[in-house]
Parts: sequence; structure tokens; C-alpha cells
Amino acid sequence: MNLHEYQAKALFAEYGLPVSRGRAVDSPEQAAAAVADIGGDRWVVKAQVHAGGRGKAGGVKLVKSGEEAAAFAEQWLGKNLVTYQTDAIGQPVSKILVESCTDIDQELYLGVVLDRTTRRVVFMASTEGGVEIEKVAEETPEKILKAPIDPLTGAQAYQGRELAFQLGLQGEQVKQFSHLFTGLAALFQDLDLALLEINPLVITTEGNLHCLDGKINIDGNALYRQPKLRAMHDPSQEDERESQAANWELNYVALDGNIGCMVNGAGLAMGTMDIVQLNGGRPANFLDVGGGATRERVSEAFKIILSDQNVAAVLVNIFGGIVRCDLIAEGVIGAVQEVGVKVPVVVRLEGNNAELGREVLAGSGLNIIAANSLSDAAEKVVVAASGGSR
Amino acid sequence: MSILINRDTKVICQGFTGSQGTFHSEQAIAYGTKLVGGVTPGKGGQMHLGLPVFNTVQEAFDKTEADASVIYVPAPYCKDSILEAADAGIKLIVCITEGIPTLDMLVAKEKCDQLDVCLVGPNCPGVITPGECKIGIMPGHIHLPGKVGIVSRSGTLTYEAVKQTTDHGFGQSSCVGIGGDPIPGSSFIDILCMFEADPATEAIVMIGEIGGTAEEEAAAFIKQRVSKPVVAYIAGVTAPPGKRMGHAGAIISGGKGTADEKFAALNEAGVKTVRSLADIGEGLSEITGWSSL
Repeated sequence: MNLHEYQAKALFAEYGLPVSRGRAVDSPEQAAAAVADIGGDRWVVKAQVHAGGRGKAGGVKLVKSGEEAAAFAEQWLGKNLVTYQTDAIGQPVSKILVESCTDIDQELYLGVVLDRTTRRVVFMASTEGGVEIEKVAEETPEKILKAPIDPLTGAQAYQGRELAFQLGLQGEQVKQFSHLFTGLAALFQDLDLALLEINPLVITTEGNLHCLDGKINIDGNALYRQPKLRAMHDPSQEDERESQAANWELNYVALDGNIGCMVNGAGLAMGTMDIVQLNGGRPANFLDVGGGATRERVSEAFKIILSDQNVAAVLVNIFGGIVRCDLIAEGVIGAVQEVGVKVPVVVRLEGNNAELGREVLAGSGLNIIAANSLSDAAEKVVVAASGGSR
Repeated sequence: MSILINRDTKVICQGFTGSQGTFHSEQAIAYGTKLVGGVTPGKGGQMHLGLPVFNTVQEAFDKTEADASVIYVPAPYCKDSILEAADAGIKLIVCITEGIPTLDMLVAKEKCDQLDVCLVGPNCPGVITPGECKIGIMPGHIHLPGKVGIVSRSGTLTYEAVKQTTDHGFGQSSCVGIGGDPIPGSSFIDILCMFEADPATEAIVMIGEIGGTAEEEAAAFIKQRVSKPVVAYIAGVTAPPGKRMGHAGAIISGGKGTADEKFAALNEAGVKTVRSLADIGEGLSEITGWSSL
């Protein structure tokens, strides 16, 4: 789960880390009022969406008056911001962050990530801030400094000092960086983060370290013990069907093809999408109905798949391990009747009682095509999606 | 021979009296697994499925001399359960549960390494040596004792590979689901190493998916250290970047972890890769020269 910048910065502030004075607002009037409250003579206004590249897309602006801040809020609130990281529709803007302006001397990068290979949380720091860190990692990996954290002992202060000196920081900045390092380590651990990024971490013209941006991603598996973070969830930033599926504990990801896929198991769901493509079709979605493919879950899954107007045929691929395929077949028939499925449905059942399952499907009198194998199913659904001929 | 488990492996179950623990323990007993007891705190002294229930893993281990423990407890309690089993002296821990926080797994895995404990999973179907011992949630009836070792990050994809190797008549030596999480207890390399050393395993099927670099690391290992023929399939060629595809570990991030990169690394290592998961059995025939049923 991702957080907005204003939410990340509020957490930074709670941990005593240096962020700008600011306030998130949702109306032009509040934007003007925030400018007056914050004080100073220049402010930065930033559209709050879950995507990078906001600056280039016009979603970040330097303003010199309350009127300008209000005009910016008027321009963006209720609209969608399209950046290179979003799709063509963009992400809806429902909050604007108004901040005091920071004068920058140098831009650094500081990130905390999970390194799967070494099985460590790793701090990454670089003097090359403000740009895409993936590019820095690719072109000049030597410019990325790393500090792996031992999971049993946690982050130690010396690791922060080491990074500070390697970054070329001096005097008071070393202390500031150490403070930042231990604060971020605590935040990452306490809040079960999966990713934390400050890009850029700046050195102000006064020589102080300052978190100018903040990106936080939370480990979805740990949300059960992070009620405060759960409350920060903003479903408007996610695909509507994906949110709806999540309510039913179905894993759904929208794609741009026309063949709906309903599969049990995440790996098999991906494998099914791949085999559809190998046969010349294009999958409309990833959907894992999970181990218990009951009639209720299958019905909900059909509803979500069919809410995508592009879907011209549906492939149901179930490997019945423990569950019986004839029961799944009955579930599919019930769901097709209940939901009123109009497009052809190709079903491949394998495993426990698969033969009986196929017989049940064949006898249903519905527009359900039983397939004998995975390859057969993929071929049949591609033909069905193209209107019965190729 | 086989890897990890065989007909003599003594197994206990943590979360024994819960619905998952009960159902899958019944299945395991029916398959012939030497289940010797289980652990449910507060229910020690009772009998369940005709087997003793203990309050602690230490007590269960002391009384039964179990070799392995299988964990079905809910995700919030898994770190504690893994550490309890490891501290008690169990040398093989198979954790089936899905949804364990990553920071919990970092600690559990580190501790298992220090205690020289083999952890398989979490978020996996488990381990089976067909005809001898089943630890986990896989359907026993699709397996056939035989000569192919299977290792996979996905449960249902493992079943597909099992079914094809059974249908072709090759059978399986052992099958290991290493799980779909970003921090698995055992890696492809750990299991490949065991299959290479196991005389009963004549060929290996490896099933990977998008996310991370475990397949690339496995490819480098295979190139140097595995002499047996390997067939590999990677799921997720059509997966978009930045989206978590069901499994917590199946995500292409920062342009890394794509299926194409993994296929390329495996091809380069001399592995026979198949682009369709329906072709795993055929792929095996091709590189081994074995004739199918």
C-alpha cells in the first residue's frame, strides 16, 4: 500500500525528522489560508497523487501569493494528473500540499529497501539526488552507497555515520544525517514498511539536511497490525475493480486485452495469461480466485471480470487439488446463470473428479465450452473471443 | 532416495487442532506420512486424530524425536512458531501459511540460518516424496514415485508440472514448493543442490515467476554446479510492471525481475526452457530422451 507525500511527511515529522512547514488542503480557500498560516514569501504547492513525475506534468508549482496557491488548487482539485508513471487517464487529485519554500544547495538521495538476495533491509544513499535512482544504479553503481541492516540487531548509529562521511557531509550535517538514519530505521521497523525514499534529500543554503520529498510503501501483509496506516489508505488512487476484488480477497489486476481469466493460484493465473498470449490472444486481467473456488467467490469474480467492457470471452482454469472439480463446475454454472454471462466461457478443469466436472458442464445447456487440456482451452478461448473464427 | 523427507521422517504439526491443521493432517496420515503428534498451546495432554497434542514444540520434540514440523498457524503468529520450532531443535520446518509480514520473515530466516535449520516456505504447498511422505497441502493422488525433482515458487504450477510428469510416466523423486514470498526460507539454489546430490533424481523441473532475481542466481548456480538436465518455466511474461501478481514476491519493480530476463539467464546456463506451461513434460522428454507412456 502506498502513501501520499503529505502522509509520509507527517510520519517523518512524528519521528522528529526535518520536513517543511506545510499543510494538505482540499479547497482553494484552504490553500490561501494555509499560505497565510505558514508565513514567508514563497511557497510550493504540490498535487497529491500516487505517482512520480509530478513536477514535469505541472503538478508542482512555486507560488508567491495566496491567490496563486488558490488558483493552483482550483486548477487541480477534482482533476486527474497524468505523469509518465500513470496511465493515460491519470490519477485523481483530491488534496494539495502547501509548503514553505526551501532554498537548495545540493540534492542527495536516501532510500531504504528490502534486498531479497541478501535478505536484508538496506539503506541506500547517493550524492546523485533529484534524478531517477534506477538510472544512477544502472549507469554509475559506484555512486550508490549501501548499509545493510542486521535483522537481529537492527540499525546501528555507526552505520549512519559511515554513510554520512562517505557522502562527504561535514560537521553538524554528520550529526543531522545520523539522526535521520536512526529515525528512518525506527520508522521502517515500527511501521512495517516495504520501501521508503527521500528523493531529494537536500542540503539547504544554510547547510542543513532537509527531506524535500517522501515516498512510503507499506508491506500489505503487515497491515493487520498497522491500524493507523490502514486509515491512510486512499482507494481513489487504485483501479476501481482492483479495490472491489480486494474486498472479496480476490487478487485482480486489470490488463488491456479482451480475454478474461479466472484461475486458482497466482502462479497458474500468470501461466494462463501467458498461454493465452502464446496462442495469439490478449489477456484482459489477472485473477486468482484462491484455493476455495466456491460458487459465491466465482460469481463475484465473474462480476469483476465482466465489468471490463473489453472482455469478449472468459477462460476459467481450475486445477482442483483438494477441492472436487464437479463442485467447481456447479459453482461456475450457478455463477454464469446468476450473473447472466453473455460472452462465451471456456472452462478447463483438471485434478480431482475432472471428468465428472466436464460432464456437468456439458449437460448444463449454457454457453460453456469444456476444454480437455490447457492448450486446448487457450486455443478455444482465443477463437471464441474473436467471434468464433480466426 | 529422495530429498528432505522420506518414509522414516517423523513429523509434528503446529496449529494441529485448527481447521487447516486438522484437515491436512488427516490427508497426510492417509497418505502414509509418519505424523507423530502436534502442538496447540493449552491443549497439551489431549489426543487429536489419535495422536498426542503438546503445549510446546520443545515438549513435542523431546517426547517424539520429530525430524520435521509443519506450520499451519495464522500469519500473525508464524514468526513465533518458526522460532519456537527452531529453538526446540527441529531441523526441518515447513511453513504453509500465506501473508507473513516481511520483517518477521527476515528475523525468522536469519535465526534458522544461525541454528542450521532448513526452513521451507512460507506461502507454499510444502514438500512431498511420492509414496513415502507428504508434508503440506498438495493433493497426494496426482503424484507418482519416480525420477524427476520439482522445485517451484507456485503451488498450482507445481501441480501442473507434477501432473505432466505423472502422465508421461516419469514420476517424481521429491517436489518442493519454496513459496511465493519475497523472503523464502529455502531458495532455488538450496533445493537444486539437494537434487544434484540425490541419486534418485535424474532430471529437474524448476518453475519460477516474475519478481526478484532468484531465477538468475539459480541459473548461475546450474551453469557451474548442476550436471543433471534441467527444464525451466517462468510465469508472468504478460505481467505488467509495478503490479503485485497475487504472490507478495511476484512484482516487477524498477524494471527488474521480468520473465524475459529470467528466461535469458536460464537459456544461457544451458537449461531447457519452455514458454508454455503445458510443455514441461515434452521438454523433459526432449532433453532426457525418455519415452513417454
